[in-house]
Amino acid sequence: MLRQEEGSRAVAEAVALCRPEVISAYPISPQTHIVEHLSDLVRTGQLAPCEYLMVESEFAAMSAAIGASAAGARTFTATASQGLLYMVEALYNASGLGLPIVMTIANRAIGAPINIWNDHSDSMSQRDSGWIQLYAETNQEALDMHIQAFRIAEEISLPVMVCMDGFILTHAYEEVDIPDQEAVDAFLPAFEPRQVLDPADPVTIGAMVGPEAFFEVRYLAHAKQIQALDLIPEVTRDFEAAFGRPSGGLVRSYRAEDAETIVVALGSVLGTVEDVIDEMREAGVPIGALALKSFRPFPLNEVREALADATRVVVLEKNLAVGIGGVVSANVRTALSGIQLHGYTVVAGLGGRSITRESLHRLFEQAIRDELKPLNFLDLKTEIVERELERTHQGTPSGPHEENILRDIGVVASEPH
Amino acid sequence: MPYQEIKLYQAGTFVAGNRLLDPEQRSVQARMERSNALTSGHRACQGCGEALGARYVLDSAMRATDGKLVATNATGCLEVFSTPYPESSWQLPWIHSLFGNAPAVATGVAAALKAKGRDDVRVIGQGGDGGTLDIGFACLSGMFERNDDVLFVCYDNEAYMNTGVQRSSATPPAARTANTKPLGGQPGNVFGKGKNAPLIAMAHEIPYVATATVAELRDLEAKVERAMEMRGARYIHVFVPCPLGWGSASRDTIRIARLVKETGMFPVFEAEDGEVTSVSKIRRRVPVEEYLKLQRRYAHLFGDPPQTEVIAQIQARADRNIRNFGLLADADEGGELPGAAEDVAGDTPSGGDPARTAEGETNLMRLLASSPHGPQ
Repeated sequence: MLRQEEGSRAVAEAVALCRPEVISAYPISPQTHIVEHLSDLVRTGQLAPCEYLMVESEFAAMSAAIGASAAGARTFTATASQGLLYMVEALYNASGLGLPIVMTIANRAIGAPINIWNDHSDSMSQRDSGWIQLYAETNQEALDMHIQAFRIAEEISLPVMVCMDGFILTHAYEEVDIPDQEAVDAFLPAFEPRQVLDPADPVTIGAMVGPEAFFEVRYLAHAKQIQALDLIPEVTRDFEAAFGRPSGGLVRSYRAEDAETIVVALGSVLGTVEDVIDEMREAGVPIGALALKSFRPFPLNEVREALADATRVVVLEKNLAVGIGGVVSANVRTALSGIQLHGYTVVAGLGGRSITRESLHRLFEQAIRDELKPLNFLDLKTEIVERELERTHQGTPSGPHEENILRDIGVVASEPH
Repeated sequence: MPYQEIKLYQAGTFVAGNRLLDPEQRSVQARMERSNALTSGHRACQGCGEALGARYVLDSAMRATDGKLVATNATGCLEVFSTPYPESSWQLPWIHSLFGNAPAVATGVAAALKAKGRDDVRVIGQGGDGGTLDIGFACLSGMFERNDDVLFVCYDNEAYMNTGVQRSSATPPAARTANTKPLGGQPGNVFGKGKNAPLIAMAHEIPYVATATVAELRDLEAKVERAMEMRGARYIHVFVPCPLGWGSASRDTIRIARLVKETGMFPVFEAEDGEVTSVSKIRRRVPVEEYLKLQRRYAHLFGDPPQTEVIAQIQARADRNIRNFGLLADADEGGELPGAAEDVAGDTPSGGDPARTAEGETNLMRLLASSPHGPQ
């Protein structure tokens, strides 16, 4: 059914259609609307049977999800930013135990300085946690990916994160098509756990494993993610057959045929990127885009194939691997091993800084002229940074960076331009 | 008391053989159909109080639930000695996730069972004092506050034994641990303000809180049975000596567990909905030295000269417990014994008069010395 709906609410409805039996969550912006709506659905009996646990931390949220999933319940939670970091120990445990929990990440920056706005620092920090990571471009895709996520998770017995941009998607109202219960029931079979805590057939889950077998258990996690490279496209095909629209998958190319320049990105920024590409294509510039939908497992072959004929690649990413540059570009470069083409990393949009069409136009034109450096920071206010660096070089206690910079911005903003 | 009390002082023991009991009154552990939930062959140290406690707790809970029980376990000795791959000592469905999350994992299991309509399957969480009072405390408090249908059992051996005997917030004052060594001063933990987990549990007003020791295993079984009759969050704190960490003889585990109660250092009681409902009385009051001397972690208190001030401080704490919990037994409660100390028979709420205590101790020591088998 087509509805004008907030992204969070649309995702909550999609999750409810998947009939989760346990939801455990702790509030953190911008994830709150998702779990608040699920709480309403449980309290009104529209989602039943389902236990909604209001736990005391994200660490407890993931821990309760581990217990629920191990007891054979379809389990959901959602978090973001600091919350994701606070549950990290349990995150690795959930994937290590092979528990098919589904979790929404409402992508948000990580402090300090504390910041509630969107970038991908949170989920990217967990790229090696053993969770499958899917990135949604639109609210429709976020909704659809959740329905697919439960099936992927349960078929392969691994947890799945569905990442959607905080505020940009979670709080945006868009037209979405919310499927009906019958169609979702037909697409998503009942959860048949690979392992379950059952008094009728007692098992020990989470035993201590030494050097004689740890390696193999760990490798299995990798082997399963590699299997997911086949499973994810299969689930996407089934989804399209059942619901009549493409959503998810591993990668998606946009106007990349004959493109000399290809922009690689994840998430909602692709909407702006594609608008700019359309404008440049109209002006005859051979430029296209590659959307990464699955970041873990990373589709090396698909990325390599999609980029093989280009002459340059611009990786636009909303996170910063401090001390080296880009997380996504390092992965893309692995896919391009042995292929000689110009590669540029562009770090953009940290802490919710707008990524505008104007800036992207300028950036892509610079890229085409090969004027970019290997690592670039889109719309970084370098004069502010230099002023603060100068202050710290003066030796005396120079005070907190964020306070100094905010004061400088006030001064700069009040100066006539 | 839900079970038949046995008083055979003439045998020099508080424990009677089950053969003297009505079959219905026999302990879970004495029954043919006991579940052996933590079965033999595990790798606990000789004399491990935690293994003993866990065995009795789980078998009792298994009997109370007709074998429909799921256990979650914090990281620690209990987890390590019971599951070295590819072996497992657990004969019930059991999950270990992390050090600090056993109560929350139990919450999740309970929620899943509820959603599936499996109210017949019950959940027990377990951990040591580190996993319960320190790293797992937030999860424990959350589980209490929500009144989740979980019995959580803390096996308290008063330090981080699995990592090599480091101090925890349950480590008592003056106890020597791996990070309270005699470097730059006297060995031993500082006299802090303490962290009384059972009282904190009671402050959540959960349906049931109890303490127990592995010296009175029938009492422990009965408390687990009582807990399993109830729904909601329940907590049992079991005192479990650790021969390795405490520097005590393996054969003294039960003796030490008995003395900790008889000195007043560890009050054994039950509470429902935040109110103390019963207290296990001290029957032969013992000075704290008798407890301390059996453990090398306190050896520095008994050098030449002995640290009498520190010992007096520990005694003062025990005396305060005795006053606060009313731990001294009246004569009709079995407090009057042949040759018993005056302070025991007196049963005054302020029974900590040093002179009287000293005299009583002498009498008691004479009594114990006259037994051919010692205080056992």
